[in-house]
Amino acid sequence: MADILTRTDVERIAALARLELTGDETALFAAQLTAILAYADQVQQVDTTAVEPAALTASGPGGRDDDLEPSLDREAVLGQAPAADRATGLFKVPRVLGS
Amino acid sequence: MSVPARAADIRDAVAARQVSAAEVCRDALNRIARLDPGIHAFLHVDVDGAMARAERLDRNPPADAPLLGVPVAVKDNICTRSMPTTAASRLLERYVPPYSAAVIERLERAGAVIVGKTNCDEFAMGSSTEHSAFGPTRNPWAADRSPGGSSGGSAAAVAAGMVPLALGSDTGGSIRQPAALCGVLGLKPTYGRVSRYGLIAFGSSLDQIGPFAGSVQDLACLFEAIAGPDPRDATSASVPVDHYSAALSGDVAGLRVGVPGHLLNEGVEPGVRAAFDSAVRELQQAGAQITDVQLPHASLAIPVYYLVANAEASSNLARYDGVRYGTRADAQTVADVYYHSRARFGAEVKRRIMIGTFVLSAGYYDAYYRKAQQVRALIRREYEEVFSRVDTVAVPTSPTVAFRIGERTADPLQMYLSDVFTVAANLAGLPAISIPCGMSEGLPVGLQLTARAFDEATLLRAAGALERRMPIRRPDAAGSL
Repeated sequence: MADILTRTDVERIAALARLELTGDETALFAAQLTAILAYADQVQQVDTTAVEPAALTASGPGGRDDDLEPSLDREAVLGQAPAADRATGLFKVPRVLGS
Repeated sequence: MSVPARAADIRDAVAARQVSAAEVCRDALNRIARLDPGIHAFLHVDVDGAMARAERLDRNPPADAPLLGVPVAVKDNICTRSMPTTAASRLLERYVPPYSAAVIERLERAGAVIVGKTNCDEFAMGSSTEHSAFGPTRNPWAADRSPGGSSGGSAAAVAAGMVPLALGSDTGGSIRQPAALCGVLGLKPTYGRVSRYGLIAFGSSLDQIGPFAGSVQDLACLFEAIAGPDPRDATSASVPVDHYSAALSGDVAGLRVGVPGHLLNEGVEPGVRAAFDSAVRELQQAGAQITDVQLPHASLAIPVYYLVANAEASSNLARYDGVRYGTRADAQTVADVYYHSRARFGAEVKRRIMIGTFVLSAGYYDAYYRKAQQVRALIRREYEEVFSRVDTVAVPTSPTVAFRIGERTADPLQMYLSDVFTVAANLAGLPAISIPCGMSEGLPVGLQLTARAFDEATLLRAAGALERRMPIRRPDAAGSL
């Protein structure tokens, strides 16, 4: 492990995360992510044979009944959207299909 | 009567009508107006809302209100219906949530007055408050120093005496490290102890909301007010909340304190080590038994933490796409709405999303994320073993005193090492406290104690013992005003 991340790798990861990086950011991140992952690589040296991954910490999830509860007011929620159609109660985005 | 400095005294004075909630609130707002231009602890001060709330409390004081009339500051990643909640990010610059976090509802029920929202690293990602999109907070002890982070605004507001109490959140040390660097008390409760409903998510298996205060009793009061189960947070635990503030005997006779001596040799500043040693001696003189303990996997806590936390962050921050809330960049296609809106994340947030996306991506998941979760299980096991022999584990909260603003921003890895003593409690889900324990180079030092899950009582008891023997100092900035 502890591969060196190239600019192409960084661009691929940025696309997965829908992040737009400048050329300078891409170069800087290639160096910094390589250093951070090299540091994190210490975990590879630990023998974890038969160790179950920690899923949740101390308390674990509580159960609850699947009952209908009051939820947020639709108007209030749409009021926070950058673009919404109040009449139909929908968020708006640029056209996805056709034109 | 003048306004008392401590929350418990304010509550008693307001309840006895010796001082009005409005006078208390006005006093806090005046302090903020005088002091905050030089500190920048606040991103938003709700002058009108807080005064109106205080006046309502004076007209109709609720019965059984343990924080009656007490001004409280809240980290800006905790949702407040009547105030902006930005998480110190450009993406949420104009966001006013349509609901309040569970802890806000509880504070209101307890009679508190929320005066404003405090600065932090963007989305709580950082250890210095320098990654705020709205500029850093300054340490009340030295204006050229960082208050720590990510809850640096909350720590600085309490340290400077602007408010007696504040809330923060702690994913890898974000309450305890700034508490140490600012010389106040900070508690990260057990995972599941405090509802995270309305906390802007960062690392969901690690995040926990907790209190800052200038005295142990005040810390216990605020903790009691916010703790307890909540059906809206599936990880919240149904464990009874004790009346901690009434049981602060400070009696630590027979308390077994484990000190992992092998961790203290490297990287700990000599002045920090000296203050830590003297605090441990004070506990011993108060009757505690000091034992050396071993935590062989402790050096892996930072790498495990940055793999797990960033993986969770990359997933949690996928929701900021410019569609449902926050700011949207102009774009002709949906994909460009995502890309251009998310371009407003700061560099540290982008860096963490990138690391998290990488370690969760096909071909790397097992080697990084799954492996980190296995090592995390070993770290938890190690603490369980140690807690079969001692009641609490003591280390310095931070290996250094407050560092200079700008000193660590160029090297992200160096900044991550600020959290070397704090991240394990989050990985193991355990409660941990930072207690002021003296000074080094004129700056505060913190002692961190960790305990068994849901045993915050032991932490508060030990903190009470130390507070009696090592009185907590205030910076000059707070004293004269």
